[in-house]
Amino acid sequence: MNVPLNIDWQQILLHLMNFAILAGGLYLLLYKPVKQFMAKREAYYQGLADQAADKLREAEALKADCQAKLDASDEEIRQKKAKAQHDAQVAAEQQLDDAKVQAQRILADARQEAERDRQKVMSDARQELKDLVTDAAEKLARGTGSDAFDLFLDLAEKGPDHEKK
Amino acid sequence: MSKQKKGFVLCMVAAAVMLVVSLLLPAAPKGETVQEAMRDAVLHESNRIDLFGKEVNPGLISAMTVSGILLVVAACLRIFVIPRFQYVPGRLQLLLEELVGLFDRMAKSNSPERNGFLGAYIFGAGVYIFTGTIFELFGLQAVTTQGHSIALPAPLSDINAAIALGCLSYLVILSGGVASNGMRGVGRTLKEFSLPISMSFRLFGALLSGLLVTELVYYYTALSYVLPVVVGVLFTLLHALIQSYVLTTLTSLFYGEVSEHSASEGKKSKKQKTPQAQNA
Repeated sequence: MNVPLNIDWQQILLHLMNFAILAGGLYLLLYKPVKQFMAKREAYYQGLADQAADKLREAEALKADCQAKLDASDEEIRQKKAKAQHDAQVAAEQQLDDAKVQAQRILADARQEAERDRQKVMSDARQELKDLVTDAAEKLARGTGSDAFDLFLDLAEKGPDHEKK
Repeated sequence: MSKQKKGFVLCMVAAAVMLVVSLLLPAAPKGETVQEAMRDAVLHESNRIDLFGKEVNPGLISAMTVSGILLVVAACLRIFVIPRFQYVPGRLQLLLEELVGLFDRMAKSNSPERNGFLGAYIFGAGVYIFTGTIFELFGLQAVTTQGHSIALPAPLSDINAAIALGCLSYLVILSGGVASNGMRGVGRTLKEFSLPISMSFRLFGALLSGLLVTELVYYYTALSYVLPVVVGVLFTLLHALIQSYVLTTLTSLFYGEVSEHSASEGKKSKKQKTPQAQNA
């Protein structure tokens, strides 16, 4: 049979065989080893990336832990500060109350003292008046009336100092 | 004037001198007319080469030569280069990785469900088509059965090689369909019954056109200056790239299409998964 374009089935099979050998050889010699190497390198860098991701996760967990501790410390500091402020306020109020009580006591003592002094001055003054009246009456009884009266007035003007002289 | 400009001017002058001399010298008697040369480039009726007692087309010798060269280069790379691969690649390693990665990515993107064999196949096919097309630039000589010396053409400019590669690609697509979907995959693949013919003749036509243009250009002495730079080198490089890309892309696309699980199977598997998920 005259095949158009001089197509030769035997040569087609030879071409097929030639290409099959070439494709198989290229697969074994180039394609497979290069792909294996690329896969190995990808696995290596994937491992590195995984390790980096793990470390990042650990660092983030550590950071969160530290942040939690910091927050707890801040809270503790805040509570202690509030307690110290409260204690100081209580102590100050206590001291103020004590001071007020002490001041009232001092004031009461001072008043009592003043009252005592006043009473004493009043009694002394009364006593002195009594003494003056007594002296004056005695002198009146001894001398004339007008002289005695004058003497009484002189002594009264001089006050209690005449006894010291 | 800089050295580059001087060199350029000298080259231009030398080319002009050679053009004038070639036009002045009497042309050697042609063994065949341009019609005969081009007809023989297509049909290979006269310029055949002896292979172990059988007359074959020059394209088969080219194919075997290309395969031999590629296998030797691959073996050298396997022995001397690949064991010294580093995690930070050098230039050659980068080139090899990029070459393998290109076809691997193409297989994975076009056929996500099944791509192991496909990647290896399109790697081999792409390298074969590219190298085979570039091969014609070197002009390796062979002796025909009639005692003439001819330059070995690109393997795929032989219709037999193009049919072989087209049909093999179709068989690979068929195998993908069978492996993934059984008889349904066969049906899907057989729907594209024109695929082996279109693939074969696309390759054959593209590379034959390059061969014919080159034959035509080199047949006339006057056209053999400056023009081959564009026709011989740039067109061949473009052909090599485009045909490698087209065949590998088409193969991987059709492979991915026929090896894709059908929607009804997807629904079935979803239905099977749903109660499990609910139980979980």
